[in-house]
Amino acid sequence: MNKNKEQLLNKRYKAEQRFRLYGQSAIFMALLFLTIFIFKIFSTGYSAFQKTWLIVPVNFDAELMMLDENPTKQDIEDADYYEIALQSMWNLDPNANEDQQNQLKRMVSYFFEREIKQELLKDPNLLGKTKEVYLTASDDLDQVFKGNYPRDLPEDQRRVSDYQLKIFDQLVANGNVESKFNISFFTNADSREAELAGIASSFMGSIFSILVCLMIAFPVAVLAAIYLEEFAPKNRFTDFIEVNINNLAAVPSIVFGLLGLGVLLAIFQLPRSTPLVGGITLSLMTLPTIIIAARASLKAVPPSIREAALAMGASRMQTTMHHTVPLSMPGTLSGTIIGLAQALGETAPLILIGMVAFVNTIPGSPMDPAASLPVQIYIWAESAERGFVEKVSACIMVLLGFLIIMNLFAQIIRHKFEKKWS
Amino acid sequence: MIKIKAKDVDVFYGKKQALFNISLDIEENQVTALIGPSGCGKSTFLRCLNRMNDVIDICSVKGEILINDFNINDKSCDVVRLREKIGMVFQKPNPFPKTLYENVSYGPTIHGIAQSKQEMDEIVETSLKKAALWEEVKDRLHEPGTGLSGGQQQRLCIARAISVRPEVILMDEPCSALDPIATAQIEELIDELKKEHTIIIVTHSMAQAARVSQNTGFFHLGQLIEHGSTDKIFKNPDNKKTQDYITGRFG
Repeated sequence: MNKNKEQLLNKRYKAEQRFRLYGQSAIFMALLFLTIFIFKIFSTGYSAFQKTWLIVPVNFDAELMMLDENPTKQDIEDADYYEIALQSMWNLDPNANEDQQNQLKRMVSYFFEREIKQELLKDPNLLGKTKEVYLTASDDLDQVFKGNYPRDLPEDQRRVSDYQLKIFDQLVANGNVESKFNISFFTNADSREAELAGIASSFMGSIFSILVCLMIAFPVAVLAAIYLEEFAPKNRFTDFIEVNINNLAAVPSIVFGLLGLGVLLAIFQLPRSTPLVGGITLSLMTLPTIIIAARASLKAVPPSIREAALAMGASRMQTTMHHTVPLSMPGTLSGTIIGLAQALGETAPLILIGMVAFVNTIPGSPMDPAASLPVQIYIWAESAERGFVEKVSACIMVLLGFLIIMNLFAQIIRHKFEKKWS
Repeated sequence: MIKIKAKDVDVFYGKKQALFNISLDIEENQVTALIGPSGCGKSTFLRCLNRMNDVIDICSVKGEILINDFNINDKSCDVVRLREKIGMVFQKPNPFPKTLYENVSYGPTIHGIAQSKQEMDEIVETSLKKAALWEEVKDRLHEPGTGLSGGQQQRLCIARAISVRPEVILMDEPCSALDPIATAQIEELIDELKKEHTIIIVTHSMAQAARVSQNTGFFHLGQLIEHGSTDKIFKNPDNKKTQDYITGRFG
């Protein structure tokens, strides 16, 4: 009998140990996946924050630019820079034939003309002199310099020719290639050229969408939650509403995109591809999340507080506004932020309402066309150029950073303002 | 003088009847204790007196409850006015998670009793003094009320209840969550408060009922079995059930 009991006890201990082990390995697996994921993103993405520049001497020849002796500012503005830009690239190899000259030109971004112009606008005294100017390297050379380019492929399978590599290596040897922090990644809108593409447009698009979403979803959801929780009678009809709010939270986001397409764009004729429409669509998606969070935190306010207020002669409205709602706010707010974070990462509905369009301007208001960060990831991931690979990861890093900050904020609100019930 | 007159009060939770035909008179400026085993309906009856049962959707109250000869179950009765006149202290101390000052000033604020900040300060001070809490908290009026001990919290709730100078104070087992010392303090306080207020207290402790009350009503299974002066109920009850309960044979 006694021995039997001991065996039973041992068995129980062993079962518990096994259970702990399962739990620990589950957590280990989760952490492992997370680490691999983050490592992969960082290792591909970090190089996008650097940009390669070729330092090329430019001769600001007034004659080639068709400028007079003493040009006005407007003249400089209107001058022709293509010729001197071309000349300065060709000068990298004075013996180049026509085909090679063409290749030389393609070593920098098509933007090189304007970079040279900027230089002269900054300092008009350069006219007639020669100065070394920083020119954005083409995306392929950028990748070569970062070591992401397979130089050992046969030439016909590469977008960079042997000739270009030779000139580039010369420049590197002379110290005329430099890597600097990639400001344009944050200040430029999207571009077909990887070396010029940036996230400014999609970042602003995301911000505007989230603001529109917040302004619509938060008041509607909070009012709905307060009414349902504090005022509505509990009957079949309100049960039905509750079930449907929960159902709404489970609707796939693309369905909301179709709704936005069919109602907002087709019926209300709102401007296509804009954060306004995106925000409204996302707010439909966020609404149930906030309602559920707000109701849960209203429910968590102890009934004794309501009774205390009511027994003091407060009306229902006063009880709700003076006590219940302020006490539920931390939970509601952190639920809202989590809902918004979800909306921020949403892609499918935005694609349907046209926020996937190629936008090379930075939106100034929610009525201007824009992309959003997750859609930008989608657009770049579809592009063939090697230069976009690191951009995708970099954009993911920005989005993740954004999300982490939001979730952190939600946590802080919850911890800091949550009342402890004695 | 009779302050509250309940006539044939029935209470239903949905289809289930919780109180049967309760008729009870409550004397002004006296303490009336309601005793009885758990689930006998004494708290339900108490909550009828300030219509707190309205909060429960499925609860319905029938019959007349006259306070100052006015039927509070009448449609014309405004619950906000009613609850201003009839304060309540609950079983578990439930101060608002705000400062002590805000706790006590809340009632006067929503009912517009104080005209100035100075007047409000006075109300807070006298209420806390009457609740025998002033000396302990006068230096920390702007600290949260939830930081007090259980007994202090309950006295804060009493201060909050008397801040609007109610005519009647309902107490629903006010000492059940407190230790004996805090209980003694509250009982002393009840004795003091009855000079200005009519007090109705629901209690599980028969000793407490005997100590603080002048009148006692005994509830059992939703019926008022017997009521009368506390002396009589405890020493010489008419009903056998009362006798059995008092002597601890059930309950």
